[in-house]
Amino acid sequence: MTLASGRCHVSVRVQAEPFEASTEARNLTQGRTDLGAIVTFTGLCRDEGGTLEALEIEHYPGMAEAEILSVAEEAQVRWPLEGITIVHRFGRILPGEPIVLVVTASAHRTEAFEAASFLMDYLKTRAPFWKRQHLADHSDGGWVAAKHQDDAAAEKWKG
Amino acid sequence: MKALYFAWVREKIGKAEEEISPPGDVMTVAELIAWLSHRGDEYQDAFATGMVRVAIDRAHVKHDAMIARAAEIAFFPPMTGG
Repeated sequence: MTLASGRCHVSVRVQAEPFEASTEARNLTQGRTDLGAIVTFTGLCRDEGGTLEALEIEHYPGMAEAEILSVAEEAQVRWPLEGITIVHRFGRILPGEPIVLVVTASAHRTEAFEAASFLMDYLKTRAPFWKRQHLADHSDGGWVAAKHQDDAAAEKWKG
Repeated sequence: MKALYFAWVREKIGKAEEEISPPGDVMTVAELIAWLSHRGDEYQDAFATGMVRVAIDRAHVKHDAMIARAAEIAFFPPMTGG
C-alpha cells in the first residue's frame, strides 16, 4: 500500500517474505537531494538464549495494513517527515531474521529519530499481530503475552 | 454479521470465523460478548479472561461501542507485533 500525502511518501507492506533494510532505505532516498536524515529501525527475532526455535506471527489481513497506515498518518501530523516505509512480516520467522522495519526520512535528524521511535511504540500496541513461540525442545511456547512496558511506551507520546 | 477470532481467542473458540445474528436487544460490544459467552463453554472460556480486544469493520473499538452497523466484528488478544 503506497500513498503520497502532501510531500511525505508513505509505503506500508505486510508480507511473509524477509526484507532487506538497506534496499528499503535506498528506495526511499533514491533521486532525492532534499533529505537531511534517514533513520532505519529493524526489529529482529531473538533466540531467547537458545530456547526459541521460531516465531509464528498471526495477523488480521486488511486491518493490519490499515492500522499501520493510520499510525503513519499520525506521525506525519506530529513531525515534518519526507518519507515513511514500514514493513511487517507474518508467518514463521527464525531467530536472526527481521520481523519489522521502520524507515523515516526528514530534513533534520530529530524528527526522523523521534518519529521512528513513535511508530514502533504505536505499532506494538495497535497493529493486529500476535506472536506464538515454538521452542527449541519442540514444545509449544504458547502465545507471547503483551507487555505493560509496551503500553507505557505508547502512552508516553500522549499529552 | 461476520465474527472473526484471532490468536488464542480463535484457539479457545475453535474457529476462525462464523456468521452471527445476535437479537435486537444486543446493542453494544459488551452485550455481544455476554451473548456470545452464553453460547458455550468455549466462548465463556475465551471471554472470561477479560482481555479480549475488539475491532468493528477493522477499527479498534471499546466495549461500550454500538454494534448496529457492523459488517465484520473481530475479537483478539492484546497485540504483540513489532
